[in-house]
Amino acid sequence: MAAVWVIVGIVVVLLVIFIVIYNRLVGWRNQVKNAWAQIDVQLKRRYDLIPNLMETVKGYMKHERETMEAVTKARNLAQGMASAGAGERGKAEGELSSALARLLAVVENYPDLKANQNFLALQEELTSTENKISFSRQYYNDSVLKYNNQIQMFPSNMVAGMTGFKAGEFFEVTAEEERKAPKVSFT
Amino acid sequence: MWEQIRSNQTRSMVLVIGMGLLLLLIGYILGLAFFDNAIGGLVIAFIVWWVMSLLAYFQGDSILLGLAGARKISHDDNPRLYNIVEEMKIASGLEKVPDIYIIDDPAPNAFAVGRNPDKAAVAVTSGLLQKLSRDELQGVIGHEIAHIRNRDVLLMAIASVMLGTIVILAWYASRFMLFGGMGRSRSSSSSGGGGGAQIIVLVAAIVLMILAPIMAQLIYFAISRKREYMADASSALYTRYPEGLASALEKIAASTGQLKSANQATAPMYIMNPFRKEKRPASNLTSTHPPISERIRILRSMGGASFADYEQVYQQVHGTGKGVIPASALALSHPAGLRAAGAGAATKEPDRIERARQTSDLMWRLGNYKTITCDCGTRLRVPPKFKESTVRCPHCGRINPV
Repeated sequence: MAAVWVIVGIVVVLLVIFIVIYNRLVGWRNQVKNAWAQIDVQLKRRYDLIPNLMETVKGYMKHERETMEAVTKARNLAQGMASAGAGERGKAEGELSSALARLLAVVENYPDLKANQNFLALQEELTSTENKISFSRQYYNDSVLKYNNQIQMFPSNMVAGMTGFKAGEFFEVTAEEERKAPKVSFT
Repeated sequence: MWEQIRSNQTRSMVLVIGMGLLLLLIGYILGLAFFDNAIGGLVIAFIVWWVMSLLAYFQGDSILLGLAGARKISHDDNPRLYNIVEEMKIASGLEKVPDIYIIDDPAPNAFAVGRNPDKAAVAVTSGLLQKLSRDELQGVIGHEIAHIRNRDVLLMAIASVMLGTIVILAWYASRFMLFGGMGRSRSSSSSGGGGGAQIIVLVAAIVLMILAPIMAQLIYFAISRKREYMADASSALYTRYPEGLASALEKIAASTGQLKSANQATAPMYIMNPFRKEKRPASNLTSTHPPISERIRILRSMGGASFADYEQVYQQVHGTGKGVIPASALALSHPAGLRAAGAGAATKEPDRIERARQTSDLMWRLGNYKTITCDCGTRLRVPPKFKESTVRCPHCGRINPV
């Protein structure tokens, strides 16, 4: 009789542990989802800002047709990928980031544009949106890292395996420029 | 994240409970000494403590912001500050953007208030907006957001209320003893022969009255110093750029002005102790905050942006194996690289003169002044009380409509 109770006790304890771990995993997964939603908000904000920027810049930049078209193209491409996975989307967004950076770099040649209040306000919004994208990406990747660690570590990996938790995908924005950027060393 | 908050809380709870016991002990001894009724003193101390705690919990943020003369701003008042707060909110994973307040004071400083992350606010002085670059401001805001995220603000509010209660009780008791003392004489005549015990209690009361505020202050400072390190480490993690906060601290420390609107009880809330000697840069002896040069040194020596990096450098600087970051936070720490200066900012940011102009425009606007630019280039500030429909430019004599 006592043996039965011991077995029942062990089963109950295991069940409780299972439930606790399962709930924790759900918590981590929701954090990842939430973080992804944050990135999405900022990427959408950037899509919305770019037409405004183009409208403001158009009158001043007569000789930068190619640079401007590259930005519009990259924006439309990135927007079209909005429902793709983190990996593919990161590539498209990276292209947009570098196209935008190229456009803002040539602004230096247009003093009139630099004095335009409308442009200055847009510039602040764009700069901040870029920052927000990278901070939300940072938070998302941190969340994914923690979530994946939980999925792979014992004993939560057993619960994750049984209940079908899948590892999260990192969001890496890999622009051509960033990859090519030369390493400077002073040694 | 929540593990880190929890361990922060348990560690600090011990200190807060220590302060609470100290408070009750004072009540007990004072009751014994003056009313010949220890329980009465205990009850009084307890009631005073609770009333003040409730006040601090529900009204603390508005009282503190009011005392500092802070005014709330929206996105359009200062997009740069607003955006930076939003950036740090995202980096920290906070659910809601805290309210943003500005204090009209040339001394650069900042603080955070709020009983929980959903009802929090950050306040910065206009001097801070003028002096700091975007990266530096980001570091400071990251530090304040970390205080909100780690729930330091509520704890500090409760601890400061207890400190205040202890100081008040000790102060009243000493007045009572100097000018009154009638409770004691009456009780000694009634109890008759217990003179020896009476004197011992009285001596204990005097000693406690002198020591309790000092002890409470020491506990308070111990709590607040730990939290400053923790907030620095968190800020470095959020921004991935410890140099921003380091150079901001350097600039804040180098400024010589004293903050007009701070007082002893609110001092630990600021990013830097507002009470250093006038006309002198912040010294290393400021007690509510860790030595500023040390904070800067730790931030500048970090090889990465993670908690583990901060912990490692902290131990090196102190030469001990004892760290500041709770073990549970370290366990979840993951490698985090540093980023380059001004990353994400594809463009030049406003220089110091431009920032000063923006900030002063903002302060005029918050004071409900109208700004009119005359054709000759002069900018006229029209006060809200001005009732005329036109104003004459003092420079060129043109008449401008208001």
